[in-house]
Amino acid sequence: MQSPRPQSKTDLFLSFSILALQGFGGVLAVVQRELVEKKKWLTHEEFLEDWAVAQILPGPNVVNLSLMIGDRYFGLRGALTALAGMLTFPLLIVLALAVLFGGIADTPMAQGALRGMGAVAAGLIAATGLKLMAGLQRNVMGLTVCYALGVISFVAIGLFRVPLAAVLLGVGGLACVWAYKQLGNIALTQKMAGGSE
Amino acid sequence: MMTGFTSADWLALFVHFMSLSLLAIGGAITTAPEMHSYLVNEKSWLTDSQFTASVALAQAAPGPNVLFVALLGWNVGMNAGGGMAAGPRAWGMAATGVLVTMVGIMLPSTTLTFMAARWGHKNRELRAVRAFKQGMAPIVIALLIATGWILAASQGSPLEHWRVWLLTAITAVLVWRTRIHMLWLLGAGALLGGLGWI
Repeated sequence: MQSPRPQSKTDLFLSFSILALQGFGGVLAVVQRELVEKKKWLTHEEFLEDWAVAQILPGPNVVNLSLMIGDRYFGLRGALTALAGMLTFPLLIVLALAVLFGGIADTPMAQGALRGMGAVAAGLIAATGLKLMAGLQRNVMGLTVCYALGVISFVAIGLFRVPLAAVLLGVGGLACVWAYKQLGNIALTQKMAGGSE
Repeated sequence: MMTGFTSADWLALFVHFMSLSLLAIGGAITTAPEMHSYLVNEKSWLTDSQFTASVALAQAAPGPNVLFVALLGWNVGMNAGGGMAAGPRAWGMAATGVLVTMVGIMLPSTTLTFMAARWGHKNRELRAVRAFKQGMAPIVIALLIATGWILAASQGSPLEHWRVWLLTAITAVLVWRTRIHMLWLLGAGALLGGLGWI
């Protein structure tokens, strides 16, 4: 039986528009629910694989994911259609909010409200990072090394304001080399275990 | 008010966002500290509160969080045009700002994604691909937490503005540990701030 897929580029555009408009403070959870559980365009496994790639590559993760899914069904046009669906209506809404807010921006009340929302937004972003820590449990570098790398990166960026590129290349580069070594060791161990059976 | 925003300034803005695009591993928000130091500290194209407000509004609105970049561009253009009261020219500048920053932040990363996705999908078992993903994971996480820290710090020092920091900390813990909807928290933040309690 053929698995469900978007019927047309219009279907693709509307589906991504609808799920983007549901995503307050982050779209990933909605993407998973809509595309995997409701529409069944992707299996759970396919979704996880795509998400891993979307996360590895630079750029907004959910935007990357929409590009990849659109590309799979309708090629370049599909990728652009999904991208447009993800961005068009949310962009209009966020600009409308900015315009509405811009008119009353100088009132102390609006300033205070935005100050409060800014404090909450800071917490939301930090919480996203805290949630993702669960994903380190099975990291090949081991939890201790992961936490050490995390603390070094946090101190460098958050407290000393070291440029991002330096941290990604320096700490990130070292981490990748270390992970590469660890993966090699694991492969070797598995090979030896396999050979002794 | 800022005057004389030249084509060279637009180009510099575009190039800055293009250069950040490929560094935005883990999402555009991870490059927010770089954007902040460039737009607010170095160029003074945005005020601190405009920067924080852009991130807050994009979080409050539905859709990908990358849209905070569109708001940064909107505000840079609007400031350069003399503010919303300055009329159509300022609105045109603001729209240009959206275009410049959004195309800048999206074009390199989406092009790379488009070309690399199939390759990455085919080679997902490759040792180098796995090493990159595993190695970058803790750094991407630290980046997100550092971004939250820097946004909180832009509101003032912890001692002087402890109420703001407390709100940030409570939000982080609630979102991390419970399934509370973010809209309630943003609403609560707006209410507390609007009433002048923080």
